[in-house]
Amino acid sequence: MPGVIARVSGPVVIAEGLANAKMYDVVRVGELGLVGEIIRLVGGTATVQVYEDTTGIRPGDRVENTGQALSVELGPGLLKSIYDGVQRPLDVIQKSVGDFITRGFVAAPLNETTRWEFTSVAKVGSEVLPGTILGTVQETPLILHKIMVPPGVRGTLTKLASGSYTVRDPIGTVSTAAGPVPVFLSQKWVVRVPRPVAQKLPPDVPLVTGQRVIDSFFPVAKGGTACIPGPFGSGKTVIQQQLAKWADSDIVVYVGCGERGNEMTEVLATFPSLQDPKSKRPLMERTILIANTSNMPVAAREASVYTGITIAEYYRDMGYDVALMADSTSRWAEAMREISGRLEEMPGEEGYPAYLGRRIAEFYERAGRVVTLSPEGRTGSVTVVGAVSPPGGDTSEPVSQNTLRSARVFWALDASLASRRHFPSINWLQSYSLYLNDLEPWYRKELSNEFVSFRQRALEILQKEAELQEIVQLVGVDALPEREKATLDVARMIREDYLQQSAYDEVDTYTSIQKQVRMLGAILAFGDREQDAISKGATVAQLQKLPVRTKLSRMKWIPEAEAATQFDALALEMAQAVASVGGS
Amino acid sequence: MAAKGAAAPKGSPDVPVDYRTIDRVSGPLLFVRDVANAAYGEIVEIALPNGERRQGQVLDSRRGLAIVQVFGPTMGINVEETSVKFLGEVATLNVSDELLGRVFNGLGEPRDGGPKIVSETRLEIVGNAMNPYSREEPSEFIQTGISTIDVNNTLVRGQKLPIFSAAGLPHNQIAAQIVRQAKLRDSSEGFAVVFAAMGITSEEANYFLREFESTGALERAVVFLNLSSDPSMERVVTPRMALTAAEYLAYEKDLHVLVVLTDMTSYCEALREVSAAREEVPGRRGYPGYLYTDLATIYERAGKIRGRKGSITQLPILTMPADDVTHPIPDLTGYITEGQVYVSRELQRKGIYPPIDVLPSLSRLMGLGIGKGRTREDHRGVSDQLFAAYATGKDQRALSAIVGEEALSATDRLYLRAADRYEKEFVNQRPDEDRTIDQSLAISWDILSDFPDSELKRIRPEFIEKFRAHPPPAES
Repeated sequence: MPGVIARVSGPVVIAEGLANAKMYDVVRVGELGLVGEIIRLVGGTATVQVYEDTTGIRPGDRVENTGQALSVELGPGLLKSIYDGVQRPLDVIQKSVGDFITRGFVAAPLNETTRWEFTSVAKVGSEVLPGTILGTVQETPLILHKIMVPPGVRGTLTKLASGSYTVRDPIGTVSTAAGPVPVFLSQKWVVRVPRPVAQKLPPDVPLVTGQRVIDSFFPVAKGGTACIPGPFGSGKTVIQQQLAKWADSDIVVYVGCGERGNEMTEVLATFPSLQDPKSKRPLMERTILIANTSNMPVAAREASVYTGITIAEYYRDMGYDVALMADSTSRWAEAMREISGRLEEMPGEEGYPAYLGRRIAEFYERAGRVVTLSPEGRTGSVTVVGAVSPPGGDTSEPVSQNTLRSARVFWALDASLASRRHFPSINWLQSYSLYLNDLEPWYRKELSNEFVSFRQRALEILQKEAELQEIVQLVGVDALPEREKATLDVARMIREDYLQQSAYDEVDTYTSIQKQVRMLGAILAFGDREQDAISKGATVAQLQKLPVRTKLSRMKWIPEAEAATQFDALALEMAQAVASVGGS
Repeated sequence: MAAKGAAAPKGSPDVPVDYRTIDRVSGPLLFVRDVANAAYGEIVEIALPNGERRQGQVLDSRRGLAIVQVFGPTMGINVEETSVKFLGEVATLNVSDELLGRVFNGLGEPRDGGPKIVSETRLEIVGNAMNPYSREEPSEFIQTGISTIDVNNTLVRGQKLPIFSAAGLPHNQIAAQIVRQAKLRDSSEGFAVVFAAMGITSEEANYFLREFESTGALERAVVFLNLSSDPSMERVVTPRMALTAAEYLAYEKDLHVLVVLTDMTSYCEALREVSAAREEVPGRRGYPGYLYTDLATIYERAGKIRGRKGSITQLPILTMPADDVTHPIPDLTGYITEGQVYVSRELQRKGIYPPIDVLPSLSRLMGLGIGKGRTREDHRGVSDQLFAAYATGKDQRALSAIVGEEALSATDRLYLRAADRYEKEFVNQRPDEDRTIDQSLAISWDILSDFPDSELKRIRPEFIEKFRAHPPPAES
């Protein structure tokens, strides 16, 4: 029986007389059928947060309960899509209703007419469990979509055939204890419930991002969590986009949550023309975009991070490494605050609801490297990188603090670095990664034994620089002994020639981890030689004039293909140059 | 906001009823009892006992109760005789070609003595959100003739770039100079200016109007004036009126529209007044928790749409209370807009015009508008190098104040000198000086060429070779 609206206040609507209303049921509001979700039940009234603008809705209008919780549809066709916060395809909306999003528009998340070539791999007559791979669909040239038995379905596979299907055609039947269940290329999942896994694993493989300060100094593991708090203009979005472009995950889910429309456009415009460094395929073929920009309805913004992470979990269940970028989780928290305020709930800190910390922790907990539900024990991972936008850049506020309790990597963005255009503006003294110990065996095995010690030495030099700077502030640089001037000199090279990286330069935008070891090694080696030369009587001023230093500062522009030969030549030249000064 | 007639929401009574059931008047709010289901956002007409009529809007609607925000003062409203009529439609603006050259008040009514705009087309002022998928990436360089903007914080068509200023700083002159000088390189496409004043003084408003008049921009302008003496509640709709006019001109009439919104701080204060009257749970400093979302629905209306010729570029101006950039208004604005131009009191005191401090300024869309084929191939490197040199030079200036200039190394002294030259030769220009991008880059190179190649780490070697203005001075 449909209910009737008793009150409208912004995105919050109170309805009476809804039969069988359950918490988090999706309802349709008013003549236009606006999508909403029940977030509170009191006696016979249900409070609904509406995912669309409620202008023109009035008391007395009808409210229809769909009886279903907010879900996403998962299946082939997700990749390359751009959705709003409740998985409505924005490209379909544009084609159907034009350049402005009209209300009450319903569109299937997956194209219902596209035919996919399904190749079955499961044997008819075999026992299947949740997660058993029934077959595959080549979703994009880059990604093989594995069609899995949905969670909760187990029994005997009685029918399955390869062929050409749409997401609405049954591809087979599983005979379960409760009777025959048809299976499709797609399945549904409720966004607020994590998809089940068999086991969580310790994250011990780094997510290689090609960003030097991240990979070398503050790495995040596949299946790990990282947060980027920073004031506006400190480069959060550029870092998120760089990760989305270059991180070596199989799938990227990019959630633009309450951010700028033009930024999503930039992603849409650039990703199809950028190539994945490994496969040389367009990056868009592994990317899913969720765009609920700041001017789109606030309740859908609240849902957008859940929509994103559910899609990420689905690809994880196939055995892929998925990276989810959420920009920005502060906007998500503010959406919670706005809804909470309209509900007249008792506020916690700074007007945020008392359950803010729990929600943030629950969200980050959906990351992880896992053994999926599957007979063969596939592993997959979801890495979560959340941007945080603290008011005034002050991270003592509730969203930052609750995020820091959950996320294990902290990339502290620094406005003073950003204002001198030191990008990425990740502060090397404040940031941390708690994955270093877990990752060390991987570095030793896959990369080099020196890498971990390089990192340590470089950070020590930067720490030393910070201490020396305090002295310089008092007495001037000339008062320092030559050895310490040399330390300042190397620290400056680490900052300017290594940590600074331009996202807009076609070579500098991505540095392989192998080249990173060479670059850092070259700078540290130069520092060692400087100290040698000084002990033989050279001065830092002499050493600074060496032409080889200009070459060191241009290492970032050495193309990957020429790295091996160029770095060997550089090492030789460096040794000779410094020796020539030290000998004098 | 596609062009469409504003249909009355369904279910509204055919004949609007006059309600004389005001229960309570509180700040700018009327609580009207026994109302048959007012629509959320519906416009109402309030008839005062003295015959005066005012407008309002439904902010909260329950069975039998509507909370109405009055646009204008509540003076003279009483509970016995004042009647409220629910019009069954949301706020709209009549649009046509006739908008150009006209001056309206904050509610979109003529203020210049001219006739009302008569048109078939009425647009809802709270438009639907632009589909992010429909947006076109802003990438056309707008030359403002101001070096600090053109070189270091480049403005592109479809961008929203606010001016962060404070009391006593020349933000109005800067905005007027941008409006006067802004042009695309080699373009003669149609343009228009939409100017929305919220809570500024009549002196400031007259300054802009005179500026527009003297440059002939007035006939290409649509002006919405809500002065500080006008009802503050009108301000809540003024920017939306202005942007609705802008959208019409941009997307229906193919014009490139530059929208100046000033002062956003007054707008936010009006919003806070409404929120306080509704007894909402306040966010920071008493501003409502939804201030971010509300500002976003204004700023995000800048942009370009694929397949349509026009564009909307926004230049909001806001005055930071106590020069505090962490105040909620500049803070939330900075998180929505694509950068900011920061006006500095320190430079103003030094007598530098325009006193734009580039270090905290930013243009996020700059990367798309510069480089080979747009401005010049060395633009990015030159800009980054200037930033780095100026930041380092300012550090050295602070240091030399303590330890003396002699204690600085030779290299550090180069930076010190570059920072001084940057402020005096590059930042500083006359209010009527319209520098081309090539002129601005030439000044940049003249300053940067004081450095040896090894210090110019942000610029590719081939560009140094090509553009260096003079060899670095010999070592002393």
